[in-house]
Parts: sequence; C-alpha cells; structure tokens
Amino acid sequence: MSTANREPARPAAGRAGIKKELPDRFKDYRHVWVFIELERGQVHPVSFELLGEGRKLADKLGVQLAGVVLGPPGEATWYAVAEAFAYGADLVYIAEAPLLADYRNEPFTKVMTDLVDTHKPEILLLGATTLGRDLAGSVATTLQTGLTADCTELDVDTDGSLAATRPTFGGSLLCTIYTLNYRPQMATVRARVMPMPQRTDKPVGRIIQHKVSLAEDEIVTKVLGFLPDSQSAKANLAYADVVVAGGLGLGAAENLQLVKNLARAIGAEHGCSRPLVQKGWMPADRQIGQTGKTIRPKLYIAAGISGAIQHRVGVEGADLIVAINTDPTAPIFDFAHLGIVTDAIRFLPALTEAFTRRLSPHSRDKLAS
Amino acid sequence: MHIVICIKQVPDSAQIRVHPVTNTIMRQGVPTIINPYDLFALEEALRLRDAYGGEVTVLSMGPPMAEDSLRKALGYGADRAVLLTDRYFAGSDTLATSFALSQAIAKVGETFGPPDIVFTGKQTIDGDTAQVGPGIAKRLDLQQLTYVAKIGSIDLAAREIEVERRCEGGTQMLKSRLPCLITVLEGTNEIRRGSFEDALCAARSQIVKWTAVAAGIEDLTRCGLRGSPTVVKRVFAPTARAEKAEQIETAEKTLRDAADELIAAIFTRQPPLEHELAFNNGA
Repeated sequence: MSTANREPARPAAGRAGIKKELPDRFKDYRHVWVFIELERGQVHPVSFELLGEGRKLADKLGVQLAGVVLGPPGEATWYAVAEAFAYGADLVYIAEAPLLADYRNEPFTKVMTDLVDTHKPEILLLGATTLGRDLAGSVATTLQTGLTADCTELDVDTDGSLAATRPTFGGSLLCTIYTLNYRPQMATVRARVMPMPQRTDKPVGRIIQHKVSLAEDEIVTKVLGFLPDSQSAKANLAYADVVVAGGLGLGAAENLQLVKNLARAIGAEHGCSRPLVQKGWMPADRQIGQTGKTIRPKLYIAAGISGAIQHRVGVEGADLIVAINTDPTAPIFDFAHLGIVTDAIRFLPALTEAFTRRLSPHSRDKLAS
Repeated sequence: MHIVICIKQVPDSAQIRVHPVTNTIMRQGVPTIINPYDLFALEEALRLRDAYGGEVTVLSMGPPMAEDSLRKALGYGADRAVLLTDRYFAGSDTLATSFALSQAIAKVGETFGPPDIVFTGKQTIDGDTAQVGPGIAKRLDLQQLTYVAKIGSIDLAAREIEVERRCEGGTQMLKSRLPCLITVLEGTNEIRRGSFEDALCAARSQIVKWTAVAAGIEDLTRCGLRGSPTVVKRVFAPTARAEKAEQIETAEKTLRDAADELIAAIFTRQPPLEHELAFNNGA
C-alpha cells in the first residue's frame, strides 16, 4: 500500500493555501460520511454521536449522510447497519469480510481508502478512539489529505468548507482548522464531546455493498488473542451519570480515598485531573480532560481541581458541575454551576456522610411517599 | 538490531499561560521538555537494544534548540542523535511532519543501517493528535502497531514480533513483522536514570544535523506550510460563561450544615437525580 503513486500534497494557491481553489479532481466529492466503529460485535457510541453531528453538517450542505460499516459477515455487522439508519444515516456503505472481524490497521485502511476513492465523500468523520485514531492517520496519509484530531466543534462555512475547531496548546486556546484544497476533509471527535442524537425507528435505508478484494494471506499482522478488561478494572468514566474527581488540592495520594469514598456512596465513577496521573497517583484511564476522557455526566463533583482549560474542555458537557476548592479565584468557579470555597480534604467526608444520610433507604421511603 | 526513535521537544504545557488581553500564547520563560510520552518509547528502545544488541538512533525535527532534547536522550543512553532542522519545515501539520520524518528515517537507514523498529510516543502533549506515528508507518510501508503496552518476543531471524496492544475494552495480542512502527503507551515501563558515563558522553557527542536537502528531501513543497493540507484559520480563547458558580456560603456554619445545603442545591437543580441515586443505593 505505497503512497508513491499519489499526487504530492501541493496547495493550488498561496503559501499556506488559504485561497480556496479546489482542484478539478476533487470537485465531484460529495456527502458526509461517518465511520461506524464496530469492534467485537459492539458499535462504539461515539459513532452515533457523530451521526448526530454529521446530520447537521449534511443538512447545511444539502447532501446525504452516510454511515460506513466494516465488519465480518454476520448479524452484528447488519445490526450496526440498522443502527446507523436509526441514528440518522440516509445510506450505509457496508464491507463484509472475515478478515474485518478484529480490527487491524492494514485491511481497514485498504477498504476505507478504496471506499473513499470509489464514492468520493467530501467530509469523513471518525471517533477519536484508539481504533479511530489508528485508522484515521493511515487513511489520511494514504489519501494525502488533511486530518484534524479531537475536534470539539464542527461546522460548515458559508462557502461549504468544513470548519473543525479543536483545543490547542494543551487546551489553553481553541483553533479552527480548514482543509481547503484536498478531499475528503477528515476529522476525529472524541466520545462524549457531541450529544447523543435521538434514536428513531428507521432501521432501513439505502445500502451499498462494497466488495472486499483482499485475502487474509496478504495481511501481515495477525491477531493471536484478545484479553478483555476485567469488570473491576474497567473505568466507564465517559458514560457515567455521576462522576467525582480529585485534583492537586487533595495534597497527597492517600487523600484520593476521600474521592473514592464519596463516589462509592453515591454510585459514581471516580476520576482525576492530569497532574495526578503525571504524579502516578491514579492510572491514566481515570484522567479527565483534553488528554484524558471527555465526560458528560448529569452530576460532576470536582474536589481540589483548579479547572485549567485543559480540564474544562473535558467536563463542559456535564449537566451540573459542582466545584470544591479553597481558592475563590480558581478558574473552575468560572464554569461550575455550584461552588463551595472550602478545603476538600475536610469537606469530602462531611459531604459523603450527608449524601449517605439523605439517600438512606429510610429517606428513600419518604421520597416515594 | 537498529532502532530509530522519534522524539519531540515540546513546551511544558502545564506552564503555558495565555495573555489575558491579546489571547496569545506567552511562550517566554516556558521551559521545554522531551514530550513525556516519548520517554516511554525511548526507554522501550533502550531496553530492546540492551536485550538484543544493536543501536538506538534518536531523531527529532525542530528548531536548532531541539538539540537540548536530543542531548538528554543521549544522556539516557541512546547511541546517536539526528536533528532535522530547516526553515522549510516551519508550519508543518501532521501530514507534512510525517513526510519529513519518514524521509529522514529513510536517510538514517541509508547512512547508519536500515531500522528494524521505529518508535514514537503515543502522541505529543502540545499537538495531541497521535497522527504522526501512523503517518510515518504508512509512508515507509511499515507494519503499524499503535498503543502498544508491552513488547513480547522478537525473533530477529524470522523477522517476527509479538506485542500487546491496548484497545477499547481490552488488550489485543498481535503478531507482526519487522520492520514495524510502534507507538508506545504511557506507563509501559519505568524510565531509567542515565549513567554518569552516558551523561559525560552526551555532553561531548556530535549531533548529526540535517537540512531538508541533506535528509534527501527533493520536493520542498511537501514540507512546512506549503505541504500542509490543513490550514489554521482562527485561534481564539474559549468564551467565558456569563455567570459564575452559585456559591454555598460556609461562614459560621458547620461542615455538616454546608454539606446538607450543597446537596439541597444539587437536588433543586437536578430533582430526578435524587431518586436515581437513592435507587442505585437501595439497601
């Protein structure tokens, strides 16, 4: 899969190619595509979130929204197709082959780039998951087009270009990026950055089947096995309804127990801000923020977190943000809904106890009556 | 075994400040570090060299001052450092960066022997894209193994490698072929302290410096801004929320009362939540 035969990336105009002069070979690129991430029979929810966003872009452009499903022959793959329709796709491209059962870079890149070359989408969106990032980088390089990673906002400009906004410099600033002279315009978006769209009862639509012209013995990398995460090790932060997190204000690693205690008392997931992972106080899969997980819970309690912009971009989607911090000028109070200026180390046990009191079975009966 | 590792010198993002009036990055006085994720890759490269023999070449693209990071990498025990530096690289996006680095890696291969493994970190802390590694792999036609948490056996005679790769919900065990490109996950290993000898050597080592042309890049339009399909059109600070957080007063109150008040405020704003939480906790 050499890229040598492709045209070198050469902007049509200007030093930075700012002026838009789309080369003729790209002029028939149409429609918005969303890669439907299917791994071991499961569709990643980020794909549905992207269909919701893709719908808006397609409507603005007056084009169709397509899902792209790559998977092994069988029920799970067709279920993914039906789900793509239910979440708003007008049509679905499906490539079925046994060699697409487990994700591997080589066959997925080949099939995806073939699909793009054949059907020419103008926008291609993928989830910024481990799979999506692995695939997007290879596809964009093969196609010699632009790819904007981890976008927090997508829009269509007045002239029809994709405006992809993403945090930069560790999240301190946002920048809007265009891919003016190349197609497709590619972007990845992390899970939970976009809201989940409404599911409809529309399990049918136009289906375009794509023949996979690749044999297993042409693929170098083989999957020897898969070890699922144990239930206890799995942090389901991104999709948790309630999240409690600790920051540097907790002072010492052992005080994280206070966060865990509160989380356990209210059935929440626990997490932390970046410095704690860097200090080795918590594993990386518990990190919330631009380089960690994006969360969208109904309730988020941040204890001893100052709220650097890096953290802010990861929690902004929460319905209710509660901040506990000793510093009244901490930036977290600028985007939290409720704040309390106090020492989290002393306050967390009191809060845990108060929640337990209020949520005890006794008070639950009172609530129900 | 010849291992090439790509590192990037990045501003310590924890110390970056944005100018409150002009909304521009204040770089002055911000220290630069080796991208922390790259250190795990460097350590992995050094471990493999120590186990299987061979050499580690560290490669970086950046301004002349990126030499500092390369010298630090030599201090950890890398055998050779190459700096790819040229004004033609300014403004490169990930596609242009992976092009330049892949050309330089090919040149490293010609000059010092073909690499068996190319390492990069999982992503950088300034760009956070995780795109350059896959870009290099694609251009050099290397097997691409991203988010690798553990390198198992390497059979140099059979040119085979087994790795454990993290993915959503678990770990994939993969068998692949050399040469390959591996992006290394954080926490994979513990980074060594360089030896005193290495530090002395590093201070005196000659760092190989290549311009674009010296690295064998003929088509300069594929580098820098001109070779970048993405264009940054606007940089701006996130808009502040109109209202500040509603404060729960703590003065002249016990912690218990303050906690009760906070919880009441939470459930006033989110009434169904009380029921859900109580239900989840149902004894």
